[in-house]
This record gives sequence, structure tokens and C-alpha cells, in this order.
Amino acid sequence: MNKLFIPAILAALVVGCSSTPVPDENSGAPVESRSGSGVTPVTAGGLDSRGLPKELTDPKSVLSQRSIYFDLDKYEVKDEYKDLVAAHAKYLVTNKGFKVLIQGNTDERGSREYNLSLGQKRSDAVKRSLILLGVKEDQVESVSLGEEKPKNAGHDEAAWADNRRADILYKAPDGRGEF
Amino acid sequence: MPQIFRKFLVVLSFFAATVANAQLSVEITGAGANRIPVAIANFAGDTAAAQVVTATVRADLERSGLFKLIDPAGATLDENAQVNFADWKGRGADALAAGSVTRGPDGRMQARFRLYDTQKQVALGGAVYVTANDQLRAAGHRIADYIYEKLTGEKGVFSTRIAYVVKSGGQFRLQIADADGQGAVTALSSTEPIISPVWSPDGSKLAYVSFEKKKPVIYVHTLATGQRQVVANFKGSNSAPAWSPDSRKLAIVLSKDGNSQIYSVNADGTGVQRLSQSPGIDTEPRFSPDGGSIYFTSDRGGSPQIYRMSANGGDAQRVTFEGSYNVSPRPAPDGKSLAFITRRDGRFQLAVMDLASKQVQILTDSYKDESPSFAPNSRMILIATETGGRGVLSAVSSDGRIKQRLSIAAGDVREPAWGPFIQ
Repeated sequence: MNKLFIPAILAALVVGCSSTPVPDENSGAPVESRSGSGVTPVTAGGLDSRGLPKELTDPKSVLSQRSIYFDLDKYEVKDEYKDLVAAHAKYLVTNKGFKVLIQGNTDERGSREYNLSLGQKRSDAVKRSLILLGVKEDQVESVSLGEEKPKNAGHDEAAWADNRRADILYKAPDGRGEF
Repeated sequence: MPQIFRKFLVVLSFFAATVANAQLSVEITGAGANRIPVAIANFAGDTAAAQVVTATVRADLERSGLFKLIDPAGATLDENAQVNFADWKGRGADALAAGSVTRGPDGRMQARFRLYDTQKQVALGGAVYVTANDQLRAAGHRIADYIYEKLTGEKGVFSTRIAYVVKSGGQFRLQIADADGQGAVTALSSTEPIISPVWSPDGSKLAYVSFEKKKPVIYVHTLATGQRQVVANFKGSNSAPAWSPDSRKLAIVLSKDGNSQIYSVNADGTGVQRLSQSPGIDTEPRFSPDGGSIYFTSDRGGSPQIYRMSANGGDAQRVTFEGSYNVSPRPAPDGKSLAFITRRDGRFQLAVMDLASKQVQILTDSYKDESPSFAPNSRMILIATETGGRGVLSAVSSDGRIKQRLSIAAGDVREPAWGPFIQ
């Protein structure tokens, strides 16, 4: 413990001394000032997903299917997903204490920020479908992850198709859940 | 101000000792057409310290692509040495810098230098920079900035810093480094993506979008303290922050009222006002340097194109017309040109428009250019691009002649933002 501790203190002292700028009185010269160089690191993130009822997570339940895929440059929910969206709408209408976060996604091509807006169009489309089926506005939030969270890290047509997607995340009335 | 500097220096020194990994390496391709021949003599004084300073000055000038470094043939000259102008002229140097690095009575290092015009046989000026021993490279950058400005007439950017995001092993790190990629430190680590960092005009803060709350939220992050403030976390997505030149406001993009639209918000998160009104997507706002207008990307005409509107909102004029995908507008700090990304034949490339003539020049031949960012002197543009499937940064001169690549061995580098001049 001591062996480790003393060098650490010495290092701190040395650093502290060498970096204290005092105006140079002799020369009156400009003091080298690396303004804004100080950077304090911060760590963020790390939410958890648990505490949801089995019917939302059991692979045998239709409600465990949470992804809606879109065609290239398309932002409407395709017919093949209408039943899935209807099942989620029915659950939310019955369980008004539950909330969903719909995350829209895009493939990797193009501007990150523009893709964020395109992903928003996809999540908005799913949200609109849910609202039309009776889900209350305050139960649904539609957001976008743009191209930032690809499900498929590949760089080909198949990967891009996997990433043109909206995902539904659930939160239980007690605040536990996936977002 | 000095008090702030003191704090910065102490904090930096601390992390310089602990965070030495993941440096950006720089590779230069191409050079300016008419490079100014300049000789940097070996500085006298403390040999080790002088070596760091002279090497930094030479590397900076070389990297800019605007100078041809003349070999001083081992000559060591301090700032008061007698200069044999004919000799240096004979070696081909139009300018010569000589100097010294010595330890002052207070223990700090003093870097002195003088710059000479070998043709006119006169001193062009000189300066003294006093610095801590571990800030010698910073003194070198200051000297290089001085020489650059004296010889080109424009301010140098060697003392500026850049911000960028590194993705490696499922971690996203927002890093700050010197403009030459050295001295990288991490401002924010997250398991979720970080995009769109932008520097406050005084260089003390970054605004960015973080996905740590499972959705895009805009933060303002004070670098010295690590203090983070949520500026926009409305229902829906919050993204694409841009500082107004007076630092008082941010233009941001919110989806709270439907599709992505541009709003303004005070830097403390109060006073949200809608600026754009379109049935489609409006995003990527950037203020013109005079603060009077905002350039942005919109698909209101059927394809994403760049438009301009008053900074108070209202009607917009279309700015780009060639091609079906023009995004990420970045007005140059000098107000003369606009950098953006254009898609041509499926390739995403950096383009620059001369705002007076409306002429567009494509500056790169790459496939996946993104997120352009002007150096504060408008000379270079930093972009994210891809080489061998990996994200790298590339700095391209506004005329396309000079290219530098900055890469990190162990990760994807993206989302560069060039910081302002150091005050």
C-alpha cells in the first residue's frame, strides 16, 4: 500500500508544480496559455431491461416480436406488420399503465443527422398506427437512433435491410422495463 | 482569465500523465503549389527541450503543406545569433527562424525565437513563450502559428484543438486532441453513441448528442469541470446542435411537434422557439458567421438539399441544386464559402461552394465522407471518411490540394469538430 501510495503523491506534486503558470515578470512576455486544455472525463449510460410481464418477453408470445422492418427509402408500416402493430396496440389499450418507446433506425449510408431524421419518420409511422388503434398519446414516445445502433454491423444490402427498422421497447407501470 | 488557465493546465497535466493511449497518427498526402521555403535552425539552450520545440515547429509547418522546410544542416542558432543571410539565401531559404529554450529562474521553460526574411535581410519579429516543461509542444505550436501568420498573412491553427468520437470495443469516447492529433484526452465515455459535437465559440464547452437515455438528447459539456447540462430532452428526438456566434443560443432539431424541425434555445436550455416550418425534414442547422442566417438540410423539395433562412426563421432559399443528395452544410468562418457533403454516383464526397459565384468544387475522391468542419482560419476542412472499412479523419485544404489523414490504430474515428482559435 505504502509503496504504491508514495510515488502517487510525488507524481501529483511534480505535476502540480510544473504546471502552475505565473506571469513572467522579467521579460513581460506572453505566458504560454493552453486555454481549455483541461478535460475531466465523465462516464455515462448503462440502463437495464427487466421486470416486464412474461407475455411481452416470452418468445412464444407475438408481443415478444418488437421489430418492424422498412423498405429502402420507405417510411410506411408495411401490410405484413399490421397484425403485429395491432397486437401491441391491443396490449397497450388494455394495459394503460404501460408505455412504449419506439426507436427508428436507418442503414449507414449518408449523413448521420439526416439519417436520424429519417429514422424518426419510421418511428413516427409506428406511433401513428398505434394511436389510430386507440393507444393514448402519453403511452407512446417515438424517437430515432438513426444509423448509430445497427443491429447488423455488415456493409451490404442484407445488413442494410436489417437496419431499416423500428423497435418497440416497453416500460411497466412501476418504472421497470427496457427504457 | 489567468485563473481559468491555471485550472486548465493543472487538469491537463494530470491527464497527460494518465491518458497516453490511442493517439491519432497523421499522414500527409499532397502539398500546396507554391510552398514558402523556410529554415528552422536548431534552437539553442536546453538540448532536450529545444529539440521538442524545434521538432514541433517543423512538423506543424510541414503538415500545413504551405511550406518547404530547408535543411538547416545542423546549424544551431539562438535568437540573438548573427545571421549570415547570404548563406541561408544560398541554401534556398526565404525565411529563417532561430531561437532558444532555457529554464527560467522560476523553473519554467522560456522559448524565445526570432524570424528573419533572408531576402530583405531583416528580422520580421519574435516572441517569448513561457511554459511548463510538459507544455513544450504547445510553445512549439505558438511559434509555428507566429511564423505561419507572418509568412502567409493568415492566422495559424496549430494551437487549436479538435474534438472527435472514437468507437472501439462497444465504447464511445468523445476525445479532445491538439490539431496535430497529439495529446488526446477523453471528455466523455459512454456505452451508447455520441454524435454531432460542436465547440462553443470560446472553446470552453462542447454541445453534442448522446444516446445514453436510449434516445437522442442534447447536452452542453464544460470541458474543464466535466459538468454536463441537458439543453434539450423533449419528447421525441433532440439533435443537431449548433452554437450562435455570440454563444447565447443554440439552433437545434426537435421532433416534439411531429417531424424533425429547427428550433432555437438559449444555451441554458430555456426559451425554446420554433424556427422552421415545413411538412418534411429540416435538420443540420448552422449559423452563418455573422449570425444573421442559418443554413440547413431539408427534403421539402423531394430530396435532401441545403437551404438558408434568417436566424429568426421564416422563408428559406434553396442553396444547392446539383445532384439529389446535398447535406451537412458548414459555412466557412470567413463567410466566403460553404462546405457540404454531396452524393455523386453513390459516393459521398466533400464539396465546397463559393458563395459569391455559386461554383461547386468536389474536393475528395472518397466514398463515405461525413461531417465536415472548417478550421477557424477557413484554410482546411476536417472530415470523417473511411479507409479499409475503418473510420478515419481527413483534413483537406479548401482548394483540395493538401490532404492529411488522422487515424487511430485501435478504433473507428468519426464526428470531427475543429475548435476555435485559442484566445
